[in-house]
Amino acid sequence: MSTTRIYVPRETSAVSVGADEVALAIAREAKQTGTSIELIRNGSWGATWLEPLVEVEVDGVRNAYGNISTADVPGLFSAGFVEGGEHARRLGPITEVDYLINQDRWTFWRCGLVDPLSLEDFRLHQGFNALQKAFADGPEAVLDAVAASGLRGRGGAGFPTGIKWRTVADTEAEQKYIACNADEGDSGTFSDRMLMEGDPLGLIESMAVAGFAVGASKGYIYLRSEYPLTHSILSRALEIARNGGWLGENIQGSGFDFDIELHLGAGSYVCGEETAMLESLEGKKGIVRYKPPLPAHEGLFGKPTVVNNVVTLASVLNIVNLGGERYAEMGINRSRGTLAFQLAGNIKRGGLVEKSFGVTLRQLIEDWGGGTASGRPVKAVQVGGPLGAYLPAGQLDITLDYEAFVEIGAMIGHGGIVVFDDTADMAQQARFAMEFCAIESCGKCTPCRIGSTRGVEVIDRMIAGDSREENYDLLVELCDTMEDASLCAMGGMTPYPVRSVLNHFAEDFASSGDDR
Amino acid sequence: MAEKNINKEATSDIVQRFGARPEMLVQILQAIVMRYGWIPEETIRQLGDELNLSRADVYGVVNYYHDFRTEPPAQHIVKICQAEACQAMGSRELTNHARGALGAELHDTNDEVTLEPVYCLGNCACAPAVMINGRTHGRVNPARFDELVGAMKENR
Repeated sequence: MSTTRIYVPRETSAVSVGADEVALAIAREAKQTGTSIELIRNGSWGATWLEPLVEVEVDGVRNAYGNISTADVPGLFSAGFVEGGEHARRLGPITEVDYLINQDRWTFWRCGLVDPLSLEDFRLHQGFNALQKAFADGPEAVLDAVAASGLRGRGGAGFPTGIKWRTVADTEAEQKYIACNADEGDSGTFSDRMLMEGDPLGLIESMAVAGFAVGASKGYIYLRSEYPLTHSILSRALEIARNGGWLGENIQGSGFDFDIELHLGAGSYVCGEETAMLESLEGKKGIVRYKPPLPAHEGLFGKPTVVNNVVTLASVLNIVNLGGERYAEMGINRSRGTLAFQLAGNIKRGGLVEKSFGVTLRQLIEDWGGGTASGRPVKAVQVGGPLGAYLPAGQLDITLDYEAFVEIGAMIGHGGIVVFDDTADMAQQARFAMEFCAIESCGKCTPCRIGSTRGVEVIDRMIAGDSREENYDLLVELCDTMEDASLCAMGGMTPYPVRSVLNHFAEDFASSGDDR
Repeated sequence: MAEKNINKEATSDIVQRFGARPEMLVQILQAIVMRYGWIPEETIRQLGDELNLSRADVYGVVNYYHDFRTEPPAQHIVKICQAEACQAMGSRELTNHARGALGAELHDTNDEVTLEPVYCLGNCACAPAVMINGRTHGRVNPARFDELVGAMKENR
């Protein structure tokens, strides 16, 4: 009798809603019914609203079954799902699930498809092809491809990656570093996590490519401690890469040495800021550094360092494989390529959508997201994490484009999209923006350290109805000061969500706290 | 669940595992907290000696990061996400429910549980999210919260 492959994700969100229990139940049921199966714990495809999403491979076609609970498992077996049988939860072949098929999967194409902890599976799906191509073509070719792609930093700042890599490559030093920023602290974002859990070997390969291109022999991954499952998957993937001869000295006989150390953060949001992250990697308090010097000149331990976000690095693999021009063909204006948008909060079909720039916010929220989870009207959408503006329902037709967002006082950031329905109390959201800044400020600069606490107080007075107009003016002035005089984006952009509430939802200060 | 009784040997073992270098301080502290739940005063002193740092340096780092507790937590640690995506799905109401159900305020430790805020578990498409003893749970409404807490107490 043949063995059927069944896929159940090992990814955090799937596991958070029962994937481990479902996998156990499937194994148990298979044993009891004498069915021969091979259980593969894959990454998530990103259709998070369908998790746990189970796939059964029949004649090379992977049939998907969505929202599976342990209670469904006996019924699935009796419905013959091992042969791809009909069942109320059957979605059809995974390649036909509409949420997934209309995407532009450049960076996340292996997520969900492969067993993230199988070197063999990775190699079967172009794994390490980019590194080998880099070895064959040389560092200059990689630097040229990245520059031609127009890729910009996906962590939020949007700095051109090609320029950063070229700067480090051109800086003379005995030791250089690649520092991967995996401190994905913005609420509403999880794309780094999904990539690290679904394609960890891809991230490892991309860091080696970066190291080869700029002349760095050592890499660090700075992973936030809130991702324990990611930590265990990445740790195992690093071992697998090392044992397979893809990390370490003289990789595959190329003469290139590269290894990666995995570091954990410790619950500080500001450590996602690149210089604070470098401080933390050096074992210190995560306090922001002055710039210049740029990390590309004097970064980790004072050496030239490429600091890139997870998704930025991973995007480079296909840029090397297929050419920078192919990537640059996607997108609009100065926003080239794709971004992994993350639909979160009060949304019916939350998950990850990798799409070319130029898609509108409305398309993402309505066509993919299906509107709010509550079924009520959308009131506000926060794009780009806690430092991003709240857009009112009237602005949903904006296209996703870095510069278009800047024009309206907003930012795309790391691509997180958090939807709120009409029950949201926006005055409380403005207050939270200031409160979060007060909790997380590193304390180095006064506008951020003190301004955030004063901001909470001013907003509290406005909510209480105490001299609302005077306090409104004071809050605007405080926002100006924080924006102009803070050292980094923490204090400098906390005003974005606050101002957006003042501009679009000022009436909520009067009604805040009322029963809704 | 955290082990009890961190001692000098255990601390030294962890230091040796990472290497007695100042740049490993955050990693060493994280490993201690993951295993023992907190950083006692004696440990701060010992780490200063072993890493050739001043006690003030070590204390400063311990004090800076949210993860580094300086008081022992209860047997169970419950963290509820307080960030925007979870707020949009009722985390404020869930937190109020949890305060009542556990008899603890945020940041409090009682005989059974330590209740803490957390700002994003990266489970934003399955909001609201909760972490119980290091495990992330999604789509947690008050009823599911009570079930999870019940299971947590049974697994002591």
